Amino acid sequence: MKVAITGMGIISSIGTTVEENFHSLVSLKTGLSTISNIETIHKDIIKVGEIKQTNEQLAAQLNLPQDNNFSRTALLGAIAAKQAVEDANITDINEYKSGLISATSVGGMDMTEKYFYDYFENEACQKYITSHDIGDNSQKIANCIGLKGLVTTISTACSSAANAIMLGARLIESGELDRVVVGGTDALAKFTINGFKTLMILSDDYNAPFDNNRKGLNLGEAAAFLVLESDAIVKKHNKKVLAYVAGFGNANDAFHQTASSENGDGAFLAMNKAFKMAKIQPSEIDYINAHGTATPNNDLSEGRAIIRIFGDNVPDFSSTKPFTGHTLAAAAGIEAVYSVLALQNNVVYPNLNFKTNMEEFNLTPQLTLKEKEINHVLSNSFGFGGNCSTLIFSKN
Amino acid sequence: MEALKQELKAKIIEALNLEDISIEDINDNDPLFGEGLGLDSIDALELIVLLDKVYGIRLADPKQGKAIFESVETMAKYIEEHRTK
Amino acid sequence: MKKCYINGMGCVSAQDTYETSFLESVVINTTENIIYAIQPSYKELIPPAAARRMAKGVKMGLAASTKALKEANVEVPDAIITGTGMGCIEDSEKFLRALLDNNEEYLTPTNFIQSTHNTVGGQIALGLGCKGYNFTYVNGAISFESALLDAKLQLENEEENSILVGAADETSSHTMELFKLINIIKKESDQPYSVLGSNSTGVIYSEGATFVALENIHKDSSYAVLEALQIQNELKVEEVESFITAFLNKNNLKLEDIDAVVFGNNGDVTFDTYYSEASSLFNQIPQIYYKHLSGEFNTASAFGFWVAASIIKSQIIPQSIKMNAIEKNTFSKVLLYNQYQGKDQSLVLLSKC
Repeated sequence: MKVAITGMGIISSIGTTVEENFHSLVSLKTGLSTISNIETIHKDIIKVGEIKQTNEQLAAQLNLPQDNNFSRTALLGAIAAKQAVEDANITDINEYKSGLISATSVGGMDMTEKYFYDYFENEACQKYITSHDIGDNSQKIANCIGLKGLVTTISTACSSAANAIMLGARLIESGELDRVVVGGTDALAKFTINGFKTLMILSDDYNAPFDNNRKGLNLGEAAAFLVLESDAIVKKHNKKVLAYVAGFGNANDAFHQTASSENGDGAFLAMNKAFKMAKIQPSEIDYINAHGTATPNNDLSEGRAIIRIFGDNVPDFSSTKPFTGHTLAAAAGIEAVYSVLALQNNVVYPNLNFKTNMEEFNLTPQLTLKEKEINHVLSNSFGFGGNCSTLIFSKN
Repeated sequence: MEALKQELKAKIIEALNLEDISIEDINDNDPLFGEGLGLDSIDALELIVLLDKVYGIRLADPKQGKAIFESVETMAKYIEEHRTK
Repeated sequence: MKKCYINGMGCVSAQDTYETSFLESVVINTTENIIYAIQPSYKELIPPAAARRMAKGVKMGLAASTKALKEANVEVPDAIITGTGMGCIEDSEKFLRALLDNNEEYLTPTNFIQSTHNTVGGQIALGLGCKGYNFTYVNGAISFESALLDAKLQLENEEENSILVGAADETSSHTMELFKLINIIKKESDQPYSVLGSNSTGVIYSEGATFVALENIHKDSSYAVLEALQIQNELKVEEVESFITAFLNKNNLKLEDIDAVVFGNNGDVTFDTYYSEASSLFNQIPQIYYKHLSGEFNTASAFGFWVAASIIKSQIIPQSIKMNAIEKNTFSKVLLYNQYQGKDQSLVLLSKC
């Protein structure tokens, strides 16, 4: 497989553009902070990767009317998708058979939790009732980029955006579509903050992936989209290709509703499938952007799966979650952007906050910013329901 | 202690939605996890909340639960010693 | 390129579709604005230890998928692809209610865990020990069709050989009240309810689960071939004709090649025009509707898919779903058209094996 990536857009707690995100990554600037946009009793305890703009500011950026009913998830998604389309120099999105494959886990939950009871008393907020629906969020993003065509959404918890990229690549490869905007978006919500709290995997500190004393994850919010285009379009318009989707794999751990199996079966299968499709050997991978959420369970399971695939020759790897927090359904989208940036700039990002190797194995992530030639990047994303996804991005 | 154990059994059945199980089915020393009742890690988290909500006991680390939740007997004992309500 | 065969189906709905043969008895509702799915007996299907955490949508999905796999004689499929519009809305609501009512304290994880949209697909995989590809599509009225499209591409290319595809949606009290508030659901005063010739806005809401076992080989159990499908995010009424004819053209077919057409009419007068526009193209063939039986919900179109595949296999159109009096002896090509409020438009073409 070789599907061209011709545009990228991103908004996260470390930047509102691709350039800003890259700058934060290479200057080791984390986006984790105390939460300010949401009122929660946990605000003094938790750190989150929050985008500091308010909904009003985001809506203004999109030139939306005052009475719009966008959820924060849709606002973030629309901003990132618009950037991606502009970056790909697309003037008429419907000139070719086009699609949008979005991904989200919370959808419009931010509005639902705000107005859950108010809906019955306050007619003014009722406009948000239909914004809860995940598909409604994608429809709004499609409208913002003027797209008419195949619009659908994937929601497989924290692997969602990886799966959106997979479907998009498949649709281009099969000729179903000529052009597709793929990615994911998720806003912070009390729902997810408290949900992860009940699982006792929210850290009260800065998350430290693959560290023996890791205490769990920090949540974050973000959106990122890529534009994938057919070879025919690339040729015809002499388009600049940023990188290629070279392979992907999705598998299910079928072990537990939320936890990963100790040996990382699903992750192992997903990576294996991706290698088969990309027709490259594990030894050719120059950098792994790990899922690395810093929960005890994920890092153990993912680490074991990485060792099963790479043996004694584990390439440079890091998790970028200490920069952005875990942005759930958007995570694989922003990490796809970071993977492409790693290929373009030949850098490996450091795994912040790591101090001590895990007792179960001898894996040390990349600890400093490292420059080297990078041709292939592997990116992992795993989610509830046993969902495991791997993407391989290549330079040529 | 006996009353607490009975109360605990009822609360466990309710909290974990153990539809087919009655108080009489649970012996004080039956293991709650694995063999015995067959509870899992999600149930352990539910029990941690039960301790907090009903008896005012807060466990910071889920790993602590392993010893406490061995059986109704061990749970009752721990509650007797640490309850704040 | 291989073909995509429908080799087994299971349907849990507001009608008795799980245990009995193809619509042998139906109940026509005219008085309830929400109708609930008839629940199969889950005791034999789901171990009690697992069932205790499952909401209705998950249970319905498990029941429907079990039947689909059994009919197709597939033990463990290569992949599982699910569609759902609202996901596990009951657990989402329970968790949210607890969160708001207790000011973020004393929350337990079970409802949160079960609230993710991919719970149905995940639980089916867990139950079967299926480690294959597992996707969940959540996009309003084309959630199920997205799953179909994904499966079809993979089966035709032989990336996978058997895929369990399905849809599940459940009702939940709070969401239903909200839908009444903004007239997504019809008012009590709109009674008697009718899907055809309705003059009121909104729909009769419902729930259900339909799963199908798709494979790239023909079997004795085969119902039909999934020939083609198309999804479009929105259309104007005047674009319906070209949407349909372009789809048929792309598949080297003319309007006359279609033997029967299945419409997603849901009795919302504001958007009925989409169906009357489509209906005018197919005056010479039997027209079929089904949402008076299934009710409307994001994945009700999966019930329509079950209807269309059953017609092709049995070569019979039950009286209860006929929209016109035109008869036909053979049904080789059946077209489904569905949309919701002008959005999430889909065309699905099934053909005789």
